[in-house]
Amino acid sequence: MRSEVSVQETDFDVGAEIGALSAGRSDVGAVASFVGLVRDVNDGSGVQAMTLEHYPGMTERSLVDIVAQAKVRWSLLGVRVIHRYGRLEPTDRIVFVGVASSHRGDAFAACEFIMDYLKTRAPFWKREETPDGARWVDAREADDSAAARWAEDAATDAGVESWEEIERRR
Amino acid sequence: MTTKVKVLYFASLREAVGRSGEELELPDEVTTVGALRAHLTGRGEGWQALATGRNVRAALNQCMVGADAAVSAGDEVAFFPPVTGG
Repeated sequence: MRSEVSVQETDFDVGAEIGALSAGRSDVGAVASFVGLVRDVNDGSGVQAMTLEHYPGMTERSLVDIVAQAKVRWSLLGVRVIHRYGRLEPTDRIVFVGVASSHRGDAFAACEFIMDYLKTRAPFWKREETPDGARWVDAREADDSAAARWAEDAATDAGVESWEEIERRR
Repeated sequence: MTTKVKVLYFASLREAVGRSGEELELPDEVTTVGALRAHLTGRGEGWQALATGRNVRAALNQCMVGADAAVSAGDEVAFFPPVTGG
């Protein structure tokens, strides 16, 4: 069986990945996909390149867990997640999420859910090279709220809260 | 039987503390991830990156956890800033 999750340095073929999600299957009625790319500007500065650091082992584990959660929530016939690490330049692909389902509703929703959860749970960190030097990218609050939209209750989301938030609730 | 824990640091935290990981003898009073964080903060300058108030996340055996997660010998604990992938 094809692996559902890959963490790799190399590029991927979007067309081949989308095609594989429905290849030889007549029950698939919808394939939704997302591709994330490196932009040449962020927070007002030019970005010449970025290096993605990750936590080998936990990265794969967290992506597998996110895919498993998506399968519980929606009726899915196939899922593929690829995330690159290492040095990337503007226009390079960073991440691919593809979801196959019988109908578009589940495919769209699951694809967005996987991206939102990946943004706040998968241990990747971006370091950008700008004309003013290298800098670590700050996490965005918008990403936390995007992920929180999907939370059924606060308890399942405790893992991504800051320590301060957890302490404050006591 | 090991009495040590493996501690890993990533991204800006790795740079601040000047190492990517270490094997650490767990002091008796350190029984949670939060206590381990406080213990490490006491090491001095670069370690202030782990101080209370800093936005730090933690994983225990490769799963995200809060400060009260119990730590024991043989565990793998990681500290890192909020993630920025995707």
